[in-house]
Amino acid sequence: MSGTFVGMPAFPEAAREAVGNATLRGNLRHATHTIRAKRARAVAELSDWAELREAGRRIKDHTLRHLDRYLEQLEESVTAAGGTVHWAADAEEANRIVTDLVRATGESEVVKVKSMATQEIGLNEALEAAGIRAYETDLAELIVQLGKDRPSHILVPAIHRNRGEIRDIFTEEMGTWGRPAPEGLTDTPAELAEAARLHLREKFLRAKVGISGANFMVAETGTLVVVESEGNGRMCLTLPETLISVVGIEKVVPSWRDLEVFLQTLPRSSTAERMNPYTSMWTGTTDGDGPSTFHLVLLDNGRTDTLADTVGRQALRCIRCSACLNVCPVYERAGGHAYGSVYPGPIGAILSPQLRGTASEIDASLPYASSLCGACYEVCPVAIDIPEVLVHLRERVAEGGPAVRQGNRVLLKPAKGHAAERAAVRAARWALAHPAALRTGQRLASRTRRLHPRTLPGPGRAWTGTRDLPPVPAEPFRDWWQRTHGGKDTSK
Amino acid sequence: MSSRERVLGRIRRALADVTPDGRPYEEAVGRGYLREHGHRTTEETVELLAENLADYRAIVHRADADDVRMLVMRLLARRGSQEMLVPPGLPPDWLAAADPVWIHDRAASTPQQLDRVGSVVTGCAVAIAETGTIVLDGSPDQGRRRISLIPDHHICVVRVPDQVVSSVPQALERLDPTRPLTWISGPSATSDIELDRVEGVHGPRTLEVILVSGAA
Ligand code: SF4
Repeated sequence: MSGTFVGMPAFPEAAREAVGNATLRGNLRHATHTIRAKRARAVAELSDWAELREAGRRIKDHTLRHLDRYLEQLEESVTAAGGTVHWAADAEEANRIVTDLVRATGESEVVKVKSMATQEIGLNEALEAAGIRAYETDLAELIVQLGKDRPSHILVPAIHRNRGEIRDIFTEEMGTWGRPAPEGLTDTPAELAEAARLHLREKFLRAKVGISGANFMVAETGTLVVVESEGNGRMCLTLPETLISVVGIEKVVPSWRDLEVFLQTLPRSSTAERMNPYTSMWTGTTDGDGPSTFHLVLLDNGRTDTLADTVGRQALRCIRCSACLNVCPVYERAGGHAYGSVYPGPIGAILSPQLRGTASEIDASLPYASSLCGACYEVCPVAIDIPEVLVHLRERVAEGGPAVRQGNRVLLKPAKGHAAERAAVRAARWALAHPAALRTGQRLASRTRRLHPRTLPGPGRAWTGTRDLPPVPAEPFRDWWQRTHGGKDTSK
Repeated sequence: MSSRERVLGRIRRALADVTPDGRPYEEAVGRGYLREHGHRTTEETVELLAENLADYRAIVHRADADDVRMLVMRLLARRGSQEMLVPPGLPPDWLAAADPVWIHDRAASTPQQLDRVGSVVTGCAVAIAETGTIVLDGSPDQGRRRISLIPDHHICVVRVPDQVVSSVPQALERLDPTRPLTWISGPSATSDIELDRVEGVHGPRTLEVILVSGAA
């Protein structure tokens, strides 16, 4: 990943700062708890959730294990349907391809639908350097862009802003980007949304180039799928003459039928809805309907390195539903920015250090940004064992070892200053290998939680010098689950 | 070396541990999940569709084939729409009684021109009861994707029970992936501002669905 989050402090420092910000914490708590409760209800509606989750896991795993074959098939299908496929090994190359494609149209502005892949590669900045203005059109992304800010949540990127702040940003900044905010704008959500509608509509109606990501790409048919709520996606995918989609290579699924799994699990895991308001599917170009030129840029940028790690590759199953963020006690307190990447929360803690490597301090610290409580795994609709990968990555940071960087095998040295973590890893590994001991330990810790110090004594002091110990929950997650769900695991 | 070869080469090296799996795809994946959730009569399925549409704040109406035209007229009058956009293949008898001027979507019309039209009337390809979703596939009675997007008021006519299925898997079976597809569940909505749900940022803010029975 490039272009983003340069100079971020490591997770512990960033988190400490965020934890001190009461507004941010209040917003986050409200948001995560609201979505969490709704999600549980939406999931409970499907009696076959465990089977859907298992099918999702298998489809994604199978695809990853034959990724070369499915990408070639996808390329063929997209080309046959009238699209053009480009391959980008890294962020720089992807940015260059997109910049050249936009230049070739003669346009100097583009409309964008929210896409994590383009954020990951810093596309907006690269376009700006080339004199091309990229307008983010998702309401939250607009808030983030106008506020010269970073998104903090996969799904609700401006979750860290409250309505008063949003009103101020609109009033001050909209005019410099296009249609100004209406006079006397108040901070009611409806008025704020209306201001965004007017501001962006002007851009949609004149846009000649749209840029998107995609949630899924179907190898068999060449179909791309974008799932959204507001309709800005439909605008960007339908009105421009040229459409450029930048998509990570892991987003491919083999067959049309596979969508029946993910269109059931994604919306419920994500926004806790039976179905999101809009889903667009397109296959190449269609005469007289929508863009007449379609480019697909397939992005590697660290994904093949991740694929080379037999434990870590499961992170590529992620469908970016953000359910793991909403249940994570660490994310709830620290907020998305503390993770220093476009992928926050538990998934960010395992994805970023794999995509980017663990050379920087922030990336080396991310595998520690978790209490290993396991809630992220329980909710994940594709059953990514995030705790397993976290422990694996901690070990890699602490002890070094073989890894693949930019397609080359390398031997990583143990990270400096991580001696204490090495001890922590050994402890964690032991505990995970002894589930009974882990459970007892958690229960014991719960019962004695009032006695717990904020810092660790002895050799642990170096570790807690920059970190607050996470408060031990009143009840271990597993016990709570047993009690409230009677041992019936509806999440699997 | 081209980037294509570079990326594919990296993938193949990364997967050196994977033993080839000769099983056909469907067998390798297994699909233990349900084709639909629960057993319902046709009527109950239509009822569930109506419920779930309404739950997602679409306005649901029922009509016989003979009343559709009057209903459409009433809905447009209530809305005060002077002009309405219609796809080229919309059954003419759905509209005969409508007062407003019909605007046909022409290739030459610019998005700006379409933006001045208040309402659009379309048919649909399939509707999904369990999720409260209507799917448009660009057939002549539905028109291009943009006509159901730009106007602020969308009236969608669903033929019941023919066009209604229970579940997402059943809907995918019926759809043709080579067509441009738009799945609509309720009107455009956002929860980006403090998680308060607000209807309509970009798509139509009002979605009215007419469940019409007895239509050919
Ligand atoms: S890791 Fe799982 S739960 Fe988290 S965003 Fe990805 S798919 Fe969703």
